[in-house]
Amino acid sequence: VCTNIAQTTPIQGSGKGASGWFTLSRATVGYDHATHLQTEHALLLDFLNPALGVDARVAVELTLDSGRALISQLQAAIAAAEASGVAE
Amino acid sequence: MWNSFRTDSHQATTAEITRYAAGGGDLIHAYVARPEGDGPFPGVVVLHHMPGWDEFYQEFTRRLASHGYTAICPDLYCRFGHGTPDDVTATVRSQGGVADESVVADSGAALSWLKSLPTSNGKVGIIGSCSAGRHAVLVASRVSGFDAVVDLWGGGVVMAPEQLTEKRPIAPISLTANLNAPLLGIFGNDDQSPTPAQVDQHEAELKRLGKSYEFHRYDGAGHGFFYYHVPAYRPQQAMDGWAKVFTFFGTHLKG
Repeated sequence: VCTNIAQTTPIQGSGKGASGWFTLSRATVGYDHATHLQTEHALLLDFLNPALGVDARVAVELTLDSGRALISQLQAAIAAAEASGVAE
Repeated sequence: MWNSFRTDSHQATTAEITRYAAGGGDLIHAYVARPEGDGPFPGVVVLHHMPGWDEFYQEFTRRLASHGYTAICPDLYCRFGHGTPDDVTATVRSQGGVADESVVADSGAALSWLKSLPTSNGKVGIIGSCSAGRHAVLVASRVSGFDAVVDLWGGGVVMAPEQLTEKRPIAPISLTANLNAPLLGIFGNDDQSPTPAQVDQHEAELKRLGKSYEFHRYDGAGHGFFYYHVPAYRPQQAMDGWAKVFTFFGTHLKG
């Protein structure tokens, strides 16, 4: 099923792709056909920099359960970071 | 029919990535596979699915050529840049997908390209799977000149108003009155898009408007059951479906 489910947000960060580290400017989170994961659909996380070309991409495919677990750990890590008072 | 060639026949095809003048006169890539010889050969516009202009669709296009069709598969994502198919698809996804209007224009230009070939027999079909099944129905409802249409489990022919977007502004079912080519539909009964109820709704509209169509629904198959590289593959249903495709195109494009 082509769901056309995709959310995009600007981001600041760096990612490591096939040709090394590069600056990230955008993240897309989709739920659609998987390319590599052997399920019909997957959470599709793409960390991109369109200015550097379409291959400036770090791609991750996750099951929904893995996505939930990741969100939980992201939130826990962010909360701990904020509580620590240690600046970025 | 698959695997029914004569072992003493001369069979030669060529396939390559080339460019043609698509929508807006833009030169975009297309994968073209054709039988060698003077013809005349029917043509087929092959529309790739949402996961991209990929190797599956190259093989799909070559299969049509080996069955006697000149087949052109435009890179509908060409304007988004170049890289591996999944990287390009990620870029397209991050920009909300390809616009229906762009697909219609590129497909209409591919139809003209096929008909202009000296080897053409003057007949052209269009086929696509998944999002491209929907696109095949949409294009054949917007562009005149096609002689046969094949929709392989195209989700989104039936769309609720809240599913309409700037890039997908029209539900193809609403254009059924303008569909002027016979339609073959191949569907899996376990599919979630289109659901069996949506397939029934599409069929009812075709029937109401007196359109020429044949729908085939397969038990034990869901979405994408021709895709031999993923778990959705169902060999028995897929091979029967391919036979339906070749019989349909043979009747309407070679007859």
